[in-house]
Amino acid sequence: MTDRNVAVLAGGLSHEREVSLRSGRRLSGALRAVGVEVREWDVDGSLLERLRDDRPDAVAIALHGGEGENGAVQAVLELLGIPFVGTPSRACRRSWDKPGVKAELVRAGLSTPDWVALPHSTFRELGAKGVLDAIVERLGLPLVLKPDQGGSALGVQMVQEAADLPSAMVSCLAYADTVLAERHVRGTEVAVSVVHDGDEPRALPPVEVEVPSGFYDYTSRYTPGAASFHCPARLPEPTLTNLRETALRAHDLLGLRDVSRMDAIVTDDGRVQILEMNVSPGLTDTSLLPTAVAAAGEDLAGVYRALIERAADRA
Amino acid sequence: MSSPDRPQQSTDLPVTAAAAAAAPRRNRPDRVSAPTERFAARTAAMTASEIRALFAVASRPEVVSLAGGMPNLAALPLQSLSSEVADLVTEDGLTALQYGSAQGVPVLREQICDVMREEGVEGDPNDVVVTVGSQMALDLLTRIFIDPGDVVLAEGPSYVGALGSFAAYQARVVHVAMDEHGLVPERLREALRTLAAQGITPKFLYTIPNFHNPAGVTLAVERRPRILDICRDFGVMVIEDNPYGLLGFTGEVYPALRSIDPDVIYLGSFSKTFASGLRVGWALVPPLVRDRLVLAAESATLCPPSFTQMLVSRYLSHHDWRSQVKTFTENYRERRDAMLSALETYLPEGCSWNVPDGGFFVWLTVPEGVDTKAMLPRAVTARVAYASGTGFYADGFGSRQLRLSFCYPTPERITEGVRRLAAVLEAELDVVRTFGTSARTELTRGPQSPSPDTT
Repeated sequence: MTDRNVAVLAGGLSHEREVSLRSGRRLSGALRAVGVEVREWDVDGSLLERLRDDRPDAVAIALHGGEGENGAVQAVLELLGIPFVGTPSRACRRSWDKPGVKAELVRAGLSTPDWVALPHSTFRELGAKGVLDAIVERLGLPLVLKPDQGGSALGVQMVQEAADLPSAMVSCLAYADTVLAERHVRGTEVAVSVVHDGDEPRALPPVEVEVPSGFYDYTSRYTPGAASFHCPARLPEPTLTNLRETALRAHDLLGLRDVSRMDAIVTDDGRVQILEMNVSPGLTDTSLLPTAVAAAGEDLAGVYRALIERAADRA
Repeated sequence: MSSPDRPQQSTDLPVTAAAAAAAPRRNRPDRVSAPTERFAARTAAMTASEIRALFAVASRPEVVSLAGGMPNLAALPLQSLSSEVADLVTEDGLTALQYGSAQGVPVLREQICDVMREEGVEGDPNDVVVTVGSQMALDLLTRIFIDPGDVVLAEGPSYVGALGSFAAYQARVVHVAMDEHGLVPERLREALRTLAAQGITPKFLYTIPNFHNPAGVTLAVERRPRILDICRDFGVMVIEDNPYGLLGFTGEVYPALRSIDPDVIYLGSFSKTFASGLRVGWALVPPLVRDRLVLAAESATLCPPSFTQMLVSRYLSHHDWRSQVKTFTENYRERRDAMLSALETYLPEGCSWNVPDGGFFVWLTVPEGVDTKAMLPRAVTARVAYASGTGFYADGFGSRQLRLSFCYPTPERITEGVRRLAAVLEAELDVVRTFGTSARTELTRGPQSPSPDTT
């Protein structure tokens, strides 16, 4: 039994504050239930003082979006020399940029749906219609629009028809200044979580997400029962193995540490197309990493306690 | 690099994460039916919502929230209330801490009639049903009057909490337009004619005549009897929701619809005139409705809390509550003035808004092309929050409108919030011009408005 003094960071000012608070509560509750002393802290003006005064043995980051994922909070923890669970600041910074991650995956021979990333200014200066036409010509329809940063599917738009593109662009650009337009790939939606709680990183069983609407949007993600999970995914064994290996490769390639989640589509011909890599996987009641942990016959507290031990040992 | 040595308690059954996590090691039957699969169909709209999630930041001090509807309680005499609470426990503790009547504490019901007399309502304490906020009265009335598919008329826009109750009982809401003088009688008649042509008689008209939430307008006095006449002509009952009636800025108190027609069901509340956290509201109903409403109330809560009712009763007896309401109103007027002045100063061309002479809210129409729901993330990034208009319609309208509340933030914060909102509008207009879009009318899933504890 650990007697570590742990601080769970949750909240923040990002669009994903609500999800983060849920993740934080879930993680804190799980850790307390196994006897870990946990404080839950928001990321606000009092954080530095708390970190300095209370000096936790380790920090577990349950922040999503914004400064909790773009490396800012991690950089501050590194400055203070406080160990934390999760990816170091520089790799966070790199993973924050979705188009950049996709390019890196492709360079390493991994597959991700074809994409175009453009800032608002390009559309404004060159004329939206021409650029949108070119995007549709390249990526086809339906296509997916995403803010180039952030998670929880906030701002993600599934566009079925060209006529819907302009308003979908406006909705997406309310979240970020650059839009990532991505080819829509049909297949089985899966998530593979990686945890490094032992000697080597390991991939948890792939979770298959089944959404009646076909679009795993915010409502489907956080309404209990709106999506069904199958774990392991209902896919042939070689595909499951391939998924796990791919998740571990991508985790390693991007310099991710301790915990990550790969979201992917397995196409009907069995190819793995990586949609996103997450440095701070959700830990809510409807999140995918806890589902995988449970399906593996383990518990979240056990996994995180081991991660916290590893982090504290880095001090 | 996978880990075949790890135990895999695999299942090909659909599981929710919560269910799986709750019992990770228990043997499961072949078919796990999650509790979520047993939800009643009528609750299908009670989902998570992207818009609702964005309001989570509103509680942070960095954000100026013009989204909520929390009354400003700072002016309450907390010291004397504290002794009132102590005296209540000392003198009447065994009653205050005990079950009470499902209809409410008798003495409070008498006092409620005194309060309603301010707006010309002559009610019998026997016809008053005290509820946990007037929201509960609204919910119970919907429960006893509405079958799935029944039509309810409501102003467009209307109070989001009412729309929530109507949706939960599967009512179909037909909105009727307002102008700067409130509900338009001609529009009401047209709507009723159209429905009559389809063989439909709405169960009731739900209306907020004074300092409307969210529209901020007040029903003109000369329209009041006309609205009642039209409803009577078509056999439609009227539910009058009046939480803000005493919060006028000009000192004028408008005659309640119930003061003109005793068949009107009247909803009142101490949330804005005293303390929202006590959750004491009421319904004044015709005698023929009363018994069913009381039984519905009993099945919901057995009885409203004796403690809070008796505290309100003592407050009304021992304090100059009218002066307190005046103090509240002066605070709100100062905040309204700050908001109107900031709107004039900062907002871009093409915006329009009403000048409320009471209540909590300004209803803002933004330039053509801007969709206020789509714009909300941009506002949150800029540290300002508002309630987008679509939450106040049951039919997807309202995307060019938003509600600004001036009740809670200080005048300085209101000015800063409007300044930020203006910058957000400018940036959004820039994007809208690029793509040449127009605001959309579409139904979205889940609640679109902030929760009651949003500042």
